[in-house]
Amino acid sequence: MRTQPTPCDTGSTQASDGQIVYMNGNDKILVSQLAVQYRAVQALRDVNLVIHPGRVVGIIGPNGAGKSTLLQAMLGLVPANHGTVRLGNAPLADQLSRVAYVPQRSQIDWTYPATVWDVVMMGRVRKTGWFRRFSAPSRHLAAAALERVGMSAYRDRPIGQLSGGQQQRVFLARSLAQEADVYCFDEPFVGIDQKTQDVIFQIFHELAQAGKVVVVINHDLGESITHFDDLILLNTELIASGPREQVLSPENLYRAYGGKVVFHQGEAA
Amino acid sequence: MWHALLEPLQYEFMQRSLVIAILVGLICAVVGSYLMVQRLALLGDAISHSVLPGLAIAFMIGANIFVGAFIAGVFSTMAIAWIRARSPIKEDAAMGIVFSAFFALGVTLITLIQKDNKIDLNHFLFGNILGVTRQEVLDTALISAFVLLVVVLLYKELLFYTFDSLGAQAAGLPVNLLNFGLMVLIALTIVASMKTVGVILVLALLITPGATAYLLVQRLHNVMLLGAGIGITASVSGMYLSYFYNVPSGPAIVLVVSGLFLLALLFSPTQGVFTYPAAKQGEPLLWRELRGLWRG
Repeated sequence: MRTQPTPCDTGSTQASDGQIVYMNGNDKILVSQLAVQYRAVQALRDVNLVIHPGRVVGIIGPNGAGKSTLLQAMLGLVPANHGTVRLGNAPLADQLSRVAYVPQRSQIDWTYPATVWDVVMMGRVRKTGWFRRFSAPSRHLAAAALERVGMSAYRDRPIGQLSGGQQQRVFLARSLAQEADVYCFDEPFVGIDQKTQDVIFQIFHELAQAGKVVVVINHDLGESITHFDDLILLNTELIASGPREQVLSPENLYRAYGGKVVFHQGEAA
Repeated sequence: MWHALLEPLQYEFMQRSLVIAILVGLICAVVGSYLMVQRLALLGDAISHSVLPGLAIAFMIGANIFVGAFIAGVFSTMAIAWIRARSPIKEDAAMGIVFSAFFALGVTLITLIQKDNKIDLNHFLFGNILGVTRQEVLDTALISAFVLLVVVLLYKELLFYTFDSLGAQAAGLPVNLLNFGLMVLIALTIVASMKTVGVILVLALLITPGATAYLLVQRLHNVMLLGAGIGITASVSGMYLSYFYNVPSGPAIVLVVSGLFLLALLFSPTQGVFTYPAAKQGEPLLWRELRGLWRG
């Protein structure tokens, strides 16, 4: 969560080039032959890829390409018909305490009677354990996460009274409070302001520098795409994955989007 | 006035009624708040209508009717989930199908057995708070203690799950187990409330106190606490109305709680119809509201 060494970075060592390398955080995700079928519809076909820690990774593709399905199937939130997903040397679905996931904004009922603080503290539920109250260190961690996204002043606000960008920042704070090794975000930039987008990308890059896996579904090919290190280009099957410039070749884009890609790019920018 | 309210309490049956009114008002509001925030009001209705056949069968074979009702209630939620999983039927349709089928079976069975037994269908449909037995008060107290204990112990997990089930599942919480636990709590609460409000109207005691509180406070535990106060007020008032005017306790309780809801809807400081948004100068309130309805 931080690039500067601090007393609570107990799991890190100082590498020779001055970068922090987390002991625990640098497992990669290995997806092999992943396939998902919803009744008669094949949503995802035979996806093989590697997601490296230390990179901000974007999942892109046209509407209905299976971007959310890929992320949810990786975490076991939707059942896969076939394939395996591993983090380090064990199945990812067995290590969900190492995962922080932020769903699409439309998945959330924003009229729910909860405050910003309630939502951020949800990030500490799993680590706190059954039948226990939140500890003082947990509260400090949540407060620090809220501070990091610049939302401390809104602590006691009902979540329904926030703007879309503020709501997204609160969810980002929740994921930071989870102290995860794998961070997954489903379309975090939909309907938010430029300032919030900059804040969020900055934090993504800090997480990546700290050796975390950062996977982000992105909804367009506009300016925001330039902030990603690696891309996964999807259209029911994997079109390409790897460093951004390689993935964004005209040939790959044509295979994913058909002839409409130039139009999309112009519209999104 | 105090004398008029305290005087009936010298009777033992009124003391029993008071205890059960407080317990039922409390747990219905607490558990019902989960139904409200998950938009599952119809599920509460479905479970409450579905307990009847279990009750009747338990009575026939001489078992505890609360246990029978509880089993039927849980069974109905499993039937709904099964239809939804194994067919393209949507959840609300599945609920409608299951609960009307269970209810019809229950009414048929009870009508058949009530001819030669001292069992009155109306008491289960509309409540008969003045007729509760000592054993029923004890059962209700045990159920209430269990329900409240579970809500307190699992509060943070249930908050996470009911707010963001995907996020909770991705964090590794056993969401199916939490959901099933919630269904069990709802079924238990309904069974405990059967004699007080009756199965047809118990939904009002589950949903309305929480909904009223939701117009006034903004965190789930406050919704539950204030809702419990509203629920208890309504069920105790309903008990007295039933005593003084000889009306079924269920409808009396529901009329009181609905009145409280209407008050909050009109006068809530933050979102009341009369208080927010401030009426424009010279525009009659009724006209503004009607125009709002027309525009959608």
